[in-house]
Amino acid sequence: MLLKATNVHKSYTAADGVVPVLQGVDIGLEQGQSLAMTGESGSGKSTLLHLIGGLDTPDKGQIWINGSDIAALDDAGRATLRRGTVGVVFQQFNLIPSLTVADNIAFQARLAGRHNAGWTTELAARLGLVDQLAKYPEQLSGGQQQRVAIARTLAPRPRLVLADEPTGNLDEDTAAVVLDLLLSLVSETDAGLLMVTHSNALADRLQSRVHLRRGALG
Amino acid sequence: MNVRFVFLLLLWPLAGWAQGFAGLGASDPSFARPQRGYEFQFPRDHGAHPDYRIEWWYVTANLTGPDGTAYGVQWTLFRTALGTGDAVGWATPQVWMGHAALTTPDAHHVEERLARGGIGQAGAQGNPYAVWIDEWEMAGSFDAPRLRASGVDFAYDLALSAKGPIVRHGDNGYSVKSAVGQASHYYSQPFYEVAGRLMLPMGEVAVTGQAWLDREWSSQPLAADQSGWDWVSLSFDDGSKLMGFQLRGAEVFTSATLIRPDGQAIPLANGDLSLQPLELAHVADRNVPVTWSVRVPDHGIDVSIVALNADAWMGTSVPYWEGPVQVRGSHSGVGYLEMTGYTP
Amino acid sequence: MIWPVLTALLSHWRRYPLQLFTLTVGLALATALWSGVQAINAEARASYDIAASTLGEGQFDRLVPRDGQPFDQTVFVDLRRAGWRVSPVVQGDLNGIRLIGIEPLTAPGALLPINAANSADLTAFLAGNGLIRAAPDAVAALSGLGQVIADDAIAPGTAITDIGVAQGLLGKAGLVDLLIVDPVQPMHQPSVSEFAPELSIQAARSGAEVGRLTDSFHLNLTAFGLLSFVVGLFIVHGAIALAFEQRRAMVRTLRALGVPLRLLVGVMVLELLGLALVSGAIGTAMGYLIASLLLPDVAATLRGLYGADVANGLQFRPVWWVSGMAIAVCGTMIAAAGALWRIGKMPILSGAQPRALALTGRRNGQVQGWVALALLAVGCVLAATAAGLVSGFVMLAALLLGAALALPVLLAWVLGLLQASSRDVVAQWFWADARQQLPALSLALMALMLAMAANVGVSTMVSSFRLTFVGFLDQRLASELYIAVDDQQQADQLFGVVSGHVDAVLPIQSAREAIAGVPTEIYGNRDHATYRDNWLLLQSGPAPWDAVAGGSGVLINEQLARRSNIWVGDQILVAGEAFEIQGVYGDYGNPLGQAVIDEHRFAALFPDELPRRFGLRLDPEKVGPLRERIGQATSIPQANMINQAGIKAASLAVFDRTFTVTSALNVLTLTVAGFAILMSLLTLSAMRVPQLAPAWAMGLTRAQLGRLELLRTCFLAVLTGVFALPLGLALAWALLAIVNVAAFGWRLPMFLFPVDYAVLGGLALLAAFLAALWPAVRLARTPPSALLQVFSNER
Repeated sequence: MLLKATNVHKSYTAADGVVPVLQGVDIGLEQGQSLAMTGESGSGKSTLLHLIGGLDTPDKGQIWINGSDIAALDDAGRATLRRGTVGVVFQQFNLIPSLTVADNIAFQARLAGRHNAGWTTELAARLGLVDQLAKYPEQLSGGQQQRVAIARTLAPRPRLVLADEPTGNLDEDTAAVVLDLLLSLVSETDAGLLMVTHSNALADRLQSRVHLRRGALG
Repeated sequence: MNVRFVFLLLLWPLAGWAQGFAGLGASDPSFARPQRGYEFQFPRDHGAHPDYRIEWWYVTANLTGPDGTAYGVQWTLFRTALGTGDAVGWATPQVWMGHAALTTPDAHHVEERLARGGIGQAGAQGNPYAVWIDEWEMAGSFDAPRLRASGVDFAYDLALSAKGPIVRHGDNGYSVKSAVGQASHYYSQPFYEVAGRLMLPMGEVAVTGQAWLDREWSSQPLAADQSGWDWVSLSFDDGSKLMGFQLRGAEVFTSATLIRPDGQAIPLANGDLSLQPLELAHVADRNVPVTWSVRVPDHGIDVSIVALNADAWMGTSVPYWEGPVQVRGSHSGVGYLEMTGYTP
Repeated sequence: MIWPVLTALLSHWRRYPLQLFTLTVGLALATALWSGVQAINAEARASYDIAASTLGEGQFDRLVPRDGQPFDQTVFVDLRRAGWRVSPVVQGDLNGIRLIGIEPLTAPGALLPINAANSADLTAFLAGNGLIRAAPDAVAALSGLGQVIADDAIAPGTAITDIGVAQGLLGKAGLVDLLIVDPVQPMHQPSVSEFAPELSIQAARSGAEVGRLTDSFHLNLTAFGLLSFVVGLFIVHGAIALAFEQRRAMVRTLRALGVPLRLLVGVMVLELLGLALVSGAIGTAMGYLIASLLLPDVAATLRGLYGADVANGLQFRPVWWVSGMAIAVCGTMIAAAGALWRIGKMPILSGAQPRALALTGRRNGQVQGWVALALLAVGCVLAATAAGLVSGFVMLAALLLGAALALPVLLAWVLGLLQASSRDVVAQWFWADARQQLPALSLALMALMLAMAANVGVSTMVSSFRLTFVGFLDQRLASELYIAVDDQQQADQLFGVVSGHVDAVLPIQSAREAIAGVPTEIYGNRDHATYRDNWLLLQSGPAPWDAVAGGSGVLINEQLARRSNIWVGDQILVAGEAFEIQGVYGDYGNPLGQAVIDEHRFAALFPDELPRRFGLRLDPEKVGPLRERIGQATSIPQANMINQAGIKAASLAVFDRTFTVTSALNVLTLTVAGFAILMSLLTLSAMRVPQLAPAWAMGLTRAQLGRLELLRTCFLAVLTGVFALPLGLALAWALLAIVNVAAFGWRLPMFLFPVDYAVLGGLALLAAFLAALWPAVRLARTPPSALLQVFSNER
């Protein structure tokens, strides 16, 4: 199994005490499959995504990716995971503002040591970014920025793509185009896709979905 | 690097072993050269010979205190000319270096002085007899001079009195120093009797004994390949004396004079004298032989000489070993040993 | 992986070159300030060392002629032959160069400056061929006199040659000026007076006298250098923090994309190192420039003050290259440690908004307040008890650090009071907003306060020194005309000429002797109103001058009193006879002890010392004609007649040079502090927009907001200045009353200079205004869309 999370717990300390966010979540995803995770604000879906992406560590429970428990990894190990195996598409794009579009697209593949000029060129073409390569992120529209982020994520050919409200900052038409591109590219690379969204319409376009309510599946 | 050291590199180059000990092997045609057949003229020749490049007045004395303790005293004045010519005052090319040492069985005191010629700070004259640098002097008459020197922690004041004649070494004072003919003018007064006092850190000691004066001048006494010498002056209890040295070079060259009690000198040819080191001592970071076998087979001399104090190192600008020795074997007696050119 | 990370980090600077510029300039300025001060110090020190080693001045005892005239070199030979290890020296002025002739074979080893000589040089040196080794600046003046070789190891304006050559060039054939006494002497020797009664022995000074005198000036510069270092650290800290804050979002993204934390921190250290090296090099070069611009003044100051020669040309010394680079790198790393630590602790998911530089929460503020209070308490206790140089400096450090830490707490308190007492809404918002900005600005404000305090302190010290010195000159140079004579014959001629034309002739005569273990100059003074009227006694008996005139009393200077802890009423021995101390007088800048006794007692105790200088009291108007009359009627040269007004003018000119240096350094420090403010404000500006947007939305125009920003910074600067003033005065007091006493044995009275402080405050305000101007203008020009975005972007 590509991804398997069992009994994941996570809580945060806030001003008014400890707030439990995830309380024993189980989730699984096979290679090449796509899974939508829905839930209301505060249901813990982004938190779970971050845990799976190795951006944070669970308080309790295991998260297996390709057979290894990422909860047991140290910072360097999780960084390796983020570089190559897992790719994250953020809601806020998180591009590097001082690098050109071309450099942004190639960046993660370079980090992972898997830069392939042919593949990045193809990605840019598929995502309609050929004319934007020399520009800086701030010169692009939101939709274009998210396409750059998708290209960057897919450039090192990750096994698992995590998307956190990837179209949350985009208008409806743009969102549809971007989502189409994401889905088709993910399926072409045979990666698994886990996408967080609060939109049922978006969730319906994925193969399966789970719903989080107050930190648990339900 | 101390300037004086640099200066002495020039005068008596330490590094220039290839040129013989202290540069004594370098030749300069503008200086006068020793001539075979020259007759010494005294008292004039007791004074300086500025036309020659180097010259020395060299006194060594074996002395005994009231309690039988043996002492050694050295008093040396070197003269060197940086060039020829007779400029006066500060411009004179004459430079003087004095070494004084006082050796006891467990201490060795050394002092060095340097002076320019031409202003009276140092000099040598035959009549009236006076050889001096600073307050050090050998003066009075040649046959009965007063010998004085002092340093930071020692001083001595000795009355010398000649009990025998002047001895000419080699061919009537023409002393050959190498197989290729380097030579010097060389005479000695080995018959001084001594009475006087030593000032030591512990106090004053009255001493008596005997002293030996060597006088030598030349412009090039060593061959270029000679790196140093071992020199002895021995006074045997039977009244006879032996001056001998070997010059270490590509080949060892020896020369010696056997002196009868009446002063008759018997020059010994190259090879007649044998000097063999028996024992080394570690002195001033180098190994120096302080016990020697001294043999003159033709004259039945077969003795060993042992340093009174192995530590008699002269840590002067030109460092060397010089100290009193005890003589044992076919003859017994006392003497002085000088060794130059030993490197660490 | 390192390469893409480094490229990404560096791309930030390519995209935002202005930020790179401010960081580099900030680092470079701090380094420049440090290395400039160090360079001046190092250069001056190196020059003294050379001066001190030339002739081993002060290192060796000397035999000098009692009559000051050159003597025959046979005296040298006689002394050598008597068992004295002495070495002759002849010296004189040749074409404006001090030519010294030495005898290398007898000179004590440490004396010789010709270490670099090769043997060929030495032959020439000895053989009378005229080889002269000269300081580089003296070579030209000696050309044609022989073979002149430039030698860096020789003091400026000096040349050294063999004694024989020097005698010839100076026209002193067969003569010598003095004999140097080798510290190594034989165990027995006669007394000098037996062989050379015309010579007297002058004891070696413990430590070069020149060095001791100039140390006072250098201590001040060093203190200034330390302060500038602290100010520099603040600015470097500000610059680094800015660079980190600006790239916080990027760091987060990099980590999210899989860059390990350790690698990221490592690459950032590497980047900082590179920046520090570049900025350090620029800063050191700037320091060099500053120093070379100031050095002519410093050199003139020292030469005038103390007669010490400092080469005007600055040499680029490796030691301050190294120290400049070290300060840049160490300062950067110290300053960066906190920022790197925060990067390390920063969760990947935390907000990408730039945070304030130093978030001083309420609790931190309290801790800081207590620490500040403790440090200030330590400073106060030490102020009362400090005795040595070390405790003096510890006190300074405690005072400065305590005050710096106390500043934000005090400012917050004042702003709180102002906020509470304002009625107007905008005013309330203004004060509250200022308080909110305080944590972020506090480092820059601390830098400003320290810079101002340092300037106040140093200005006070230098000005106090000047006032004291002027008073001291009035006291010491009370006579209208001073005349030096060579011998008794000239003295008699002088008496003949002036009798009837002057009110009084005051002989000036002195001898040297150790009193209570302190090397002391003993003066025999005539009982005259000149002294009674002009001398200020720090401590005195009932009738000090009568007691001195009566023969039993002695006056001593402050140095002797402090060093031996002897005061009025104590007895001292002068030449074996007892005197009672009747008064203690201030004697500024003199490293030696001094004692004044009656001239008749002096003559009895020191029969060999005859007066060689005389002070003449007369109507100042008649000084000129009298000088001429003396010049015509006696053999006394005009050079030996000194007009008191001339001395005063020369002395004061020297101080004005000191002021040039001090004020140049003041301006520089304030520039650096202003830069720190600028950088803090730039850092803040990114987070200011969301904070100001509500105020804009509620009706304040952008221009108003900009003006308020400017006003706020200036107000904070003024407030900081108000706190800096007492700190600066405390600093000056510590330097004058504790450090100076510990270092030199005399206390400088402190004077206040309100006008100077006002000017300084104005300059500081100007610096703050200029620093705040650009950020304020930027703010005033913020497009409304950016302000609106604050609301639309809210998540």
